[in-house]
Amino acid sequence: MTHDHSHHTSHHTDGKACGAEHRAAAEQPALVSARGLYLRRNGRDLISNVDVDIRAGEIVTLIGPNGAGKSTLVKMLLGIEQPDKGSIIRPPTTRIGYVPQRFEIDRAMPMTVNRFLTLGVGATRDGVETTLREVGAARTSDQQLASLSGGETQRVLIARALLRNPNLLVLDEPASAVDYAGEADLYDLIGRLKDSRNLGVLLVSHDLHVVMARADRVLCLNGHICCSGRPEAVAQSSEYVRMFGLEAAKALAVYHHQHDHRHDLSGALGQDLSSALHDTKEA
Amino acid sequence: MAGLEPFVARALAAAIGLAIVAAPLGCIVVWRRMAYVGETLAQASLLGVALGLALKLNLTLSVIAAAVAAALLLIAFGRQKLLALDSVLGLMHHAALALGVIAIAVLKGPSIDLMSYLFGDVFAVTANDLAWVFGGGTIVLALTVWLWRPLVRLSLHEDLATAEGIDPRVARGAFDIMLAVVIAVAMKIVGILLVMAFLIVPAVAARPLAATPERMAVIAAAIAALSAIAGIGLSLNFDTPGGPSIVLAMTSFAALSLLAAGWMKR
Repeated sequence: MTHDHSHHTSHHTDGKACGAEHRAAAEQPALVSARGLYLRRNGRDLISNVDVDIRAGEIVTLIGPNGAGKSTLVKMLLGIEQPDKGSIIRPPTTRIGYVPQRFEIDRAMPMTVNRFLTLGVGATRDGVETTLREVGAARTSDQQLASLSGGETQRVLIARALLRNPNLLVLDEPASAVDYAGEADLYDLIGRLKDSRNLGVLLVSHDLHVVMARADRVLCLNGHICCSGRPEAVAQSSEYVRMFGLEAAKALAVYHHQHDHRHDLSGALGQDLSSALHDTKEA
Repeated sequence: MAGLEPFVARALAAAIGLAIVAAPLGCIVVWRRMAYVGETLAQASLLGVALGLALKLNLTLSVIAAAVAAALLLIAFGRQKLLALDSVLGLMHHAALALGVIAIAVLKGPSIDLMSYLFGDVFAVTANDLAWVFGGGTIVLALTVWLWRPLVRLSLHEDLATAEGIDPRVARGAFDIMLAVVIAVAMKIVGILLVMAFLIVPAVAARPLAATPERMAVIAAAIAALSAIAGIGLSLNFDTPGGPSIVLAMTSFAALSLLAAGWMKR
């Protein structure tokens, strides 16, 4: 396990980099830093040659098609899975708050929100209440975890992550169990938390639209990092267009341009990007 | 316990002690859906009886050794990806039972009563058995308290717990071995076929009455202890077999609790 600084520029030199890297935060040490990650599963290369850095105050969004290895990469960065090759450096000052993708509590286990938030965290009842208010899930603390809606569950999971007092927040598909309006609110919350707590944020998503509009930097993963950079630059790259299609790229570019107002969209956005594009033009 | 026959006092002490030790483990078995794992460990303990008799070892020790060996085998099997755990258990469960029955038949000792191993004999508990229940039980209970939070967090969401720094292999391995020990000791009292009821039924009965995992464990222990007293009372008054009577009492509590929960929800 060696840490080779010469790899720092590999995003830009592999010929597929798409536009200027987000440089503003580059002076700070990374909260987590991975180099040359490689993982082989079931006879195929699931992840190869992946470099990732996440710094305080930036939202890095990991996108890619199903089976691209997004969740696996996140698990490696968290230390849940070990890469076959490559190195991951988490400085001792890095404290990670993790919000997993699927959280379906088995009804056989009784669990109040308050107990869940104090379990192995060492939070007080006051701390729990304050944090629940911060994430917009006040007055849920005596409810059963299993009785919460998808959006409430996500907020409670974020509260648990925050109670560990993290400087790096990792969220795997946080909006997968939430409707469209709830999704926008959730990403607004994540943006606010990033600012108020100066967090580094790693977000996983397969939904390009809303997520990329809120990202400082996008990593396009399909086994390897196809392209990375600012969202509008990534959207114009040929690798991205090949992966998600031209309509998606157009939708993203237009949306990102006008993301200061809300669209009245209904239904699953990721599945119907062309109508999203249509709506955006009309607005 | 003035007025009680010594064998009744020993039966009560063993059944109540075991009920309290088994209840929190039973909750974790329910949360982790490990009922079939427990059944397999119980079948393996029959093989332990046969081995103990053949090699003239301490029976309690040989039963514990067989159950722990089965647990270790299951942990090893859990690392392979070819077969689902359910299929591995289907294989091991029946292989252990077949081997155990054959071994006991081949031994054909004069004093071997297969029924007493299958259904237990709570009134045959000796002072030595009591020492096992309370000595071993204290150790298992202390370990359960110590490992409780990691085990609950792993049952709740394994990736989240692992990301938060819990090593799943350590906590689970320790739990599997504790489970094997409790099953082996409980086998003597309630028998191979009913031992998992001792773990699972009080947990099921406690579920509708509890708001947190800790309360579920405490309520399960209380229900299990009450069932032990009620079952032994039933057995003494109506001359019913001891182990099955305790399980019947536990099941009655579970039925009442589940019915009440269904009623409240309406």
